[in-house]
This record gives sequence, C-alpha cells and structure tokens, in this order.
Amino acid sequence: MKHLLSINDLSKDEAINVLDTAGELSRLSEGTVKKFPTLRGRTVVNLFFEDSTRTRISFEAAAKRLSADVINFSAKGSSLSKGESLKDTALTLQAMGADAVVIRHGASGAPHQLARQQWMTGTVINAGDGTHEHPTQALLDAFTIRRHLGQDSGDLQGLRIAIVGDVLHSRVARSNVLLLQKLGAKVVLIAPPTLLPVGVASWGAEVSYSLDAEIESVDAIMMLRVQRERMDDLYFPTEREYSRNFGLNLERINRMKSDAIVMHPGPMNRGLEISAESADSARSVIVEQVANGVSIRMAVLYLLLSGTARSESNSTIEVGV
Amino acid sequence: MNTWKIENAKNSLGELQQIFISEGLVVQALPTGSQPTVINAEGLHILPGFVDLHTHLREPGREDAETVLTGSQAAVAGGFTAISAMPNTLPVADTAGVVEQVFRLGKSHGLCDVYPIGAVTIDQKGTHLAELSAMNQSEARVRIFSDDGHCVSDPLVMRRALEYVKTFDGLIAQHAQDPRLTENSQMNEGEISARLGLKGWPAVAEEAIIARDVLLAEHVDSRLHICHLTTAGGVEIVRRAKERGIKVTAEVTPHHLLLTDEKAESYDPVFKVNPPLRTNSDVIALREGLADGTIDIIATDHAPHPNEAKDCEWSAAAFGMVGLETAFSIAYLTMVQSGLMTLADLVNRMSGAPARIGRYAGHGEIKVNSPANVVLVDLAATWHVEREHLHSKSKNTPFHGMELPGVIKKTFHNGALVYENLDSRGGVKK
Repeated sequence: MKHLLSINDLSKDEAINVLDTAGELSRLSEGTVKKFPTLRGRTVVNLFFEDSTRTRISFEAAAKRLSADVINFSAKGSSLSKGESLKDTALTLQAMGADAVVIRHGASGAPHQLARQQWMTGTVINAGDGTHEHPTQALLDAFTIRRHLGQDSGDLQGLRIAIVGDVLHSRVARSNVLLLQKLGAKVVLIAPPTLLPVGVASWGAEVSYSLDAEIESVDAIMMLRVQRERMDDLYFPTEREYSRNFGLNLERINRMKSDAIVMHPGPMNRGLEISAESADSARSVIVEQVANGVSIRMAVLYLLLSGTARSESNSTIEVGV
Repeated sequence: MNTWKIENAKNSLGELQQIFISEGLVVQALPTGSQPTVINAEGLHILPGFVDLHTHLREPGREDAETVLTGSQAAVAGGFTAISAMPNTLPVADTAGVVEQVFRLGKSHGLCDVYPIGAVTIDQKGTHLAELSAMNQSEARVRIFSDDGHCVSDPLVMRRALEYVKTFDGLIAQHAQDPRLTENSQMNEGEISARLGLKGWPAVAEEAIIARDVLLAEHVDSRLHICHLTTAGGVEIVRRAKERGIKVTAEVTPHHLLLTDEKAESYDPVFKVNPPLRTNSDVIALREGLADGTIDIIATDHAPHPNEAKDCEWSAAAFGMVGLETAFSIAYLTMVQSGLMTLADLVNRMSGAPARIGRYAGHGEIKVNSPANVVLVDLAATWHVEREHLHSKSKNTPFHGMELPGVIKKTFHNGALVYENLDSRGGVKK
C-alpha cells in the first residue's frame, strides 16, 4: 500500500495492523520515549485547502514524534483552492521533494487525483476530501471503540454502532461505515431521510429515522456535526426540531447500555446535535478520540513511509499562501 | 468543379451503389466528355453525410477550446456534413449579428454546413425571449432555438417560446434540467454518488421538465425537441407523448449510449458531463428507445474544453466531452454490432432524421440532383482513439485508448472532398 485515500485501500488485516501499530506506539509514548527516529530525514507536507486545526495539528504532532520534517502548506481561501492549482501545488511539492502529502481538500476525490495523476511521486494520505472520506478519522474511531469495548485487539465483531446525523455530507460517516463493517461491527445510520444519500441502501448498513428506537441497543453512538446552514437548504425545518429528534441529551444517554460510549469527531455544536451534559458525561470519549488520533496518524505515517527512500532536510517550515 | 465516379461501394442496405458527382451534386450520369476521378470503393459503404443537431463550436469567445474551423475539421473527420452550433458562446448567440457571424465563418471555411442555433432567451438568462424572428430572417435562417447548457425552466417562458416559433416552423430544443433540483450537482444521483460523496443529479430533474414540456407542446400544438435524453424515465415519457400524437422529437448522445456513472469512480473529470452519465439500466433503455424510434436521432453534444478545465478536481472541472470524431463508431458499436439496429436505421438516426427535424435541405439522403454530401466508411476496419490525434482543438474525449469499429475514409461536402483518411490519423483537406 502506497497511499491511504479510502478505507477501501485497506484489507481487514491491514486495518487491524494499523490499529495494533497505533496501540504499540501509544504504549511506547506513555513511557519515557516521546520521540522516535523512524522517519528522520523524511518530509511530510500538510496540504490543507480547508481549515482544520485539529486534524492538521494531529498529523503534525504525529509526524514530529516520528522525527519527520513537517511543512505546513495552507492554501485555504485563496484562488489556489480550486482549479488547476491542485496540479501546480503538486508540482511544487514534487520539486520540494515531499515524501508524503497529507491532504485536506473541499473537493471529493482531490487526493485520488493527487495520487493517480503523474504530478508527484510521494505518498498521499487523505485527511478528508469533500463529502467523500476521512479514513484516519475512521481508524481512530475504531481504535477508540476497540479500547473501550473490545479486548484492545482483534476486530469489532458483535458490536452495534450508531452513526447519527448528517450522513449525506459526512466524510466521517462514509469512512466509518466502510471500516466498522470491515471489522465485523453492525452499523445503524440514524438521520432524517433528507440527510441520508439516495443510494444509501447499497452501503450494507441499517437505516433508521428514529434515534429513540435505537438508543437502547447500541454499544457506541457517533454524533455527526450538523452545520446550521443546512437549515437554509431545507434539510430540516429548525434547529430545535432537529435537536429534539436527533440530538443526544441526558435523557437519551440514560437509556443507553451500561457500558455504551458516546463519540463525536468534532468540532461539536453543543446544544444542537449534542447537549453539553452529554458531551461532558462519563460515557463521552470525545477527548480521548483526539489523543488516539495522534497514535493512529503515527501508525499510518510509519506503515506507509518506512522502507521508502529518504530525502535530506531538517526543519519545520511554514508556508503561507 | 471536380467530377467523381465512386464505384463498388455498398449503400446502407448493403446493395452495390455507384454514384456520380458533378458540379457539387449527385447526378444521374456525368456530362459527356468529363473526366471524373474514379474511386474504387470496394469494401466500403457510401452513406449520406451525418447531421449533428447539437455541437458546441465555442466561437466567438472561447477560441482556445474550439473554433468554427477546428470544429468543422473534427466534424468532417467524423463523417458529418452538417453541424449545428449551440448558442452558448461569448457573446451568446441571441442576436442576428452573432448567428450570422457563425454562419459566415462556417460558409467561408467550406468544410461542412454550419447551422447556428439561436438562444431562446436573452443571454440565456431564461427571462426574456431573444429576437427569435430576427435570427430566423437573418442570413443564417435559424430555425432551432435552445438555451442549451441552461434549461428554459420558467414554464411561461417555455410556453411563449414554443408558441412564438410556430410563425416560421421553428423548434425549441430543450436542455431538460430543473435548476433547483440540480444546484451544484456533479454526477448521477444513486449508489455511486452516495459512495463517492459527489452531489447527486437526480433523474427526476430531467424527467420533470420533459413531462412538463411535452404537455406544453401538446397544449399549444408546437414542435418540441428534447436534447440529450439520459434516463429510462425520460424515454418512457417521450414514448407516451408520441403515442398521444404530441410533436416531440428527442436525441441521445453516443456517450450516453455506452458509458455509465461507474466511470466517475476514477474521479477523472473527462467523464464529467451535463447531463451526467447514468446507470446501466438507463443505457439499456436509451438503446431500446433509439431502436424503436422513441428517440429520433443521435446528436453529439460535442463540448470541447481546454486541458486546464479538465486537469483538476472533479468539482472544479467543466462539464462536457468532445464527440464528433467518435460518434459514428460509438453508435455503430452500441447499436448495430449489438444487433439492436440495422445499418440503414442507424444512418437514418444520424443523417435522415436530424436533417428532417432541422429542415436542413440537401442533407440526409443520397439523391440525384441533390448536393453531394456523402461519406465513405470502412465498417470492417477499426481504429485506435488517440486524443492527441483528434482534429478538434480540445482533447477531452472519454474514449481515449479504445479500439473502435468503423473508419471514416472520405467525406464529401457539396461535391468537394473535404476529408480523406490517409493514415491512421487521417487528414483534412483545405
């Protein structure tokens, strides 16, 4: 495997290997060693066409703990964020000798083009593309679920996991549906029909329009961010109505299985899809998801880059465009 | 003027046919004393030149993508002797001045007849009718009007347009796409779009407009033409409308007869087109509709774009594919080699029927004392589509790398040899 563009790039065994590697790196990091020399001399570029502080910082921390040189390339908001710029940016990165490019882009498929066109030769890691996929988010979610509900090893057989909210526009949902099912879990998508894609039946997941009907039977519940602008596009009538039917609150939390966990990929709209009490409740593993993100991204960088050729340079460079 | 004797060719029915060309016309016999150039067309078919009712030539305004000249060169290389220039140029062809300019450019190049299509509404904005009558009375004699690229979505504007063009036997060619249902849409809405995270383009957005417009055409007793049909539901609506006697005609593009939305899985924008590639069951329905006559014609929707418009992310890329040079081969592959149609029926869908719908005199049949618009085709040969070898100025073909049946060997326009395939690449005369 050279690139991580989609969860479909991973077999079940490869996915479990990523989780196991992340677990190992996480255990080592908890000891005295905070930094590994593994990727010394390699250059990792964070190419972010969209704002995403948490994902960028997570990748940056992961690369630095593996001793890679990190370049942050932010192209958000400029004319570079569309059209031929992707090609020109890729050519620039190629000239700089990037070993890996971590790309966040508003257009679905942009990482695929970066990987498949002959613009650059480095490894491409999808850090979220449009409404398509966000594979490292799904991996860190699976890792978190496994820690809490599995034996911290193996797959997720026998678990039932709900993904609630704006599935239609969610790259997190798409990657999670693929990965959780690959790992043997049952997935139920809970949303109003307006926020489910036509064609969702082919995903193999259950679909439900009622959070209340499912809340008692799930082992983990993943709340998706709902953008307030969606209301203007007629996806739901009002925030209050959405929140009433699909928001997670204490009343619903109290009906969950005793060991069930609450997840959210962030950033949260407290009071819309998740109440503040729910986000801060004992079931919430939201902060832990962030910590696990670094371990997962270390594992992905390590597995994709170890064994490839090295370039030489030595510092962190900020490139603002 | 050249005189020609073409012998040993077969016509679309497979019968041996010998024709004479003199003074630009097909003639019964050559004048005494003339010394014709003799073409031994053994093994070739002689067909009436193809007629395209849906071509984007980009001139004026986007000469970086195509010009009337390069588009005409592509046309004759594809066996077309008449093409129809869509009005979405810069400026829009919504006045007599612009349509006359395009018409004259076509005429001066002399490779094929270029019939401008006028915009229905001013600047294709969909609100005020353009001067349709002025365009009809111009030298270009415009008879077909379309806001192609945009739908005439306002039902009242569409009704008025349908009524108004009756004064000169005009035709409104509708790009059926409900704008509200397709805002920012990127590809067919279905399983593939759900998986790829590309905004869906529902079939109903096309079908709802077709249904509305056939009813409008019935109500005001006007001629309606549906551009680039792509859905099984659309075929069914047109079929029922024809059964009710509504004066509706419809076209399908070669790419919609072959390709499906699975092509989007590559995220390669060469497969991004408006209307989008649909599902396999739609492709089957389109082929059946074309075979049973529900769909009257094949039209290319030849849509050239410069490299940078396709060398980018899917959502940033332009919609459209070039198609003039591959149209006959794709049609022959999907309709005749598949056993759905005879060669004669296909030729009617690509020449006779479009000439009748557009009222393009001198096209659509090989007839004594008519202009010699004919094409010689080798149906037994195949060719390799190489995008860099296309005559079109733009290279955005979705068929690059394919081996296709049916090689256009020679194209005659008004008795002049305007295209001759000299090698695998071919060459354009003039």
